[in-house]
Amino acid sequence: MSQKVKIIVVGGGLSGLMSALKAAEKGAEVSIFSVVPVRRSHSVCAQGGINAALNTKGEGDSIDAHIYDTVYGGDFLAHQSVVKRLCSAAPGIIWMFDRMGVMFNRTKEGLLDLRLFGGVKKRRTCFSGATTGQQLMYALDEQIRRHEAQNLVKKYENWEFASLVIDNEGVCRGITAIDRDTMEVAAFPADAVIMCTGGFNHVFGTCTNSTHCTGYAATEVYKRGACFANPEFVQFHPTAIPGTDKARLISEAARGEGGRIWVIKDGKPWYFLEEWYPAYGNTVPRDIAARAIWKVVKDMKLGINGEDVVYLDLTHLDHEALAERLEGILEIYEKFVGDDPRKVPMKVFPAVHYSMGGLWVDFNHHSSIPGLMAAGECDYQYHGANRLGANSLLSAVHSGMVAGPAAIEYAKGLKKGADAIPSSLLDEEKGRQEDINKQNIAMDGPENAHLLKKELSKWLTENATIVRHNKTLKETDDKIRELALRFERSKIHDTGGFANDEVFFMRTLRNQFDLARMIVLGAINREESRGSHYKPETPNRDDEKWLCVTRTSYTPDGPKFDYSEKVEILDIKPVARRYDVAH
Amino acid sequence: MDEIRLKIKRQDGPNELPYWEEFAVPYRAGMNVVMCLQAIADNPVTSEMLPTTPVVWECSCLEEVCGSCTMIVNGKVRQSCSALIDQLNQPITLEPMTKFPVVRDLRVDRTKMFESLKKIGGWVTVDGYFDLGPGPRMAADNQQKAYHFSRCMVCGCCCEACPQYNNRSPFVGAFTIGQAFMFNMHPIGGLEKGKRIDALMGVGGIADCGNAQNCEKVCPKNIPLTEAIARLGWDTTIHMIRKFFR
Repeated sequence: MSQKVKIIVVGGGLSGLMSALKAAEKGAEVSIFSVVPVRRSHSVCAQGGINAALNTKGEGDSIDAHIYDTVYGGDFLAHQSVVKRLCSAAPGIIWMFDRMGVMFNRTKEGLLDLRLFGGVKKRRTCFSGATTGQQLMYALDEQIRRHEAQNLVKKYENWEFASLVIDNEGVCRGITAIDRDTMEVAAFPADAVIMCTGGFNHVFGTCTNSTHCTGYAATEVYKRGACFANPEFVQFHPTAIPGTDKARLISEAARGEGGRIWVIKDGKPWYFLEEWYPAYGNTVPRDIAARAIWKVVKDMKLGINGEDVVYLDLTHLDHEALAERLEGILEIYEKFVGDDPRKVPMKVFPAVHYSMGGLWVDFNHHSSIPGLMAAGECDYQYHGANRLGANSLLSAVHSGMVAGPAAIEYAKGLKKGADAIPSSLLDEEKGRQEDINKQNIAMDGPENAHLLKKELSKWLTENATIVRHNKTLKETDDKIRELALRFERSKIHDTGGFANDEVFFMRTLRNQFDLARMIVLGAINREESRGSHYKPETPNRDDEKWLCVTRTSYTPDGPKFDYSEKVEILDIKPVARRYDVAH
Repeated sequence: MDEIRLKIKRQDGPNELPYWEEFAVPYRAGMNVVMCLQAIADNPVTSEMLPTTPVVWECSCLEEVCGSCTMIVNGKVRQSCSALIDQLNQPITLEPMTKFPVVRDLRVDRTKMFESLKKIGGWVTVDGYFDLGPGPRMAADNQQKAYHFSRCMVCGCCCEACPQYNNRSPFVGAFTIGQAFMFNMHPIGGLEKGKRIDALMGVGGIADCGNAQNCEKVCPKNIPLTEAIARLGWDTTIHMIRKFFR
């Protein structure tokens, strides 16, 4: 293989751009495909910060403590060697972003400031106001632009991934993609493809994610043979502004900076997280907080004014500190709700937020299809059964830093490179996707696909989120299958051949039924409660039977599950996970 | 109020003529313009109950941090996700930005904006994407100032509002000057301050600014663009004098 290595990155968020930069740094020819201009990727929505054990607060923090908190926070479901690698790499990652120009908040001495986040006792979260994802994302967008200006990286923005090109030996040899404006389908050969397509939470409808976080691409490669893992583990962020179009996130940083959650009980404020979890109070991890809020509102019926909300109170905090450290979320609350959080407590409720599960990958981010890798939120690796706040910006970047060079190592070992791929293989897949587009445009039945999507999301949100019961999960699976059949009898709303968003809507929804079944059936099968997955009929963690990865493979009749991969335990032995006392 | 009335300027393609369509969407408290467009996509009929196609637009984050959903709402350029129906006079008119070529309906092509950022070296030139230890210290005050510029979403509002910005002029736009200012403030970015100032002294640079100050007025993130333009105006003068005496 003497030619330049050709790498395709699908997705232009933090993990995608980081993979691309590391691959370009090693001399690869990199193409990035993104449904939106990369600067507008969902990574910009992250608010609170990014973790690293810099230990600059005199608190005796350490990388080992970060590893322990992460494994414990994940309820012991994460393989420990990858968590070790993640936390060890963290300080170097922060310093790299610092050099790239990220405007992290500074201390009086001019060092990077650190704030407290959920589920930990040491301050190790670097932040840029309350918009950290945006600043990190922009730094990588800028670096990619620098490479673009030298023709070292090519971006295909407003292009949607359609499918993989897989040869007759089952090796991934490239992708097909569709220009969202011209609707042109094209095939792109590559030595390796890195999927960085983010989470899949929009299958639930209202969530904290951007509109393009649909899970289409991850499910598409799953249908071609890439195993999924831990799909049942979905994070519900405890504090989001309820809404129908979106649940707008209010960062955990609000509580890290001293914000207090309360409702009214017996005529006075009841700080229930502080009472139930004295050691961590308002900064318990997200699964704990979400379940507590759910219990107070749904079971104890103590929602404010009878609504499904609790108070998140910042009114007691210093206004200057709020401006320097939480401005971004104050702005969001003011703009969309109309109240000033400095004067009145915010009304919040848990919302679907992050996919701990995703495409199965090995230690070097190879999926179960040779030539296909995955990084970022769309892989399953680092967070176990529950993700700690500010660890996802870290894992997105770190996984890209691993996947980029690993893709090149893999490519160098190929006997035939991207240039030797027969054009017939590319043309065949291109033709298949063009046919699928034509079939979508020809859809002309009595059902309304948009309403079917809403119904799918309603069933998932009601039955597959914070509290799960096998009976209603089974009913949900029946419903999903019914909706999938009815979907094939729906009518597309736009039959035009230019900038036709409806074609992408139909393609996406078709895959979301498969994705929904993975989540629901995975939840039924796992007969325990762990992290974000809670079933009152099996309320305890069962390490004997369930300290294993949920591996899911596609069959036309539905997902097939395999639980033979045991979780790798190194130094950290599983113990009871408690936040009422210090661990 | 039962329903929301909208008048939307549509266009089927870049070379087609624009036309208006009117819609009536069921009202719910707390709705924003994006939700109206989503309701039309769910059930694309005009206010006369004639079937039509969904209106095409761009949106992503729905919370004003991505810059996708810029359009002209009741004559003012803004993000449509934060354009709350309860605060708008009806019928609500929606039009695409005029300073960028229309792709379809409310979707325009803003590639030109990203190209401008290349002109001023809109990045910090680092040695590599590996661990070289901590970067230089930076004063908290400087970080607070520079942070405001780091919120620029490249949404296009400043370009739309600027009288100097149009498809006949090479002006890079206020946002580009703001970004140059920000990179110059960073300890490592500042090492290439001269290059950025040189770029802004060239074609389409700071001399094209007419000081209308519309940019700062319409910026959804209240970025102090006029401060950046004023300071860089000074910087270019001093830079020019220094070069003259070398």
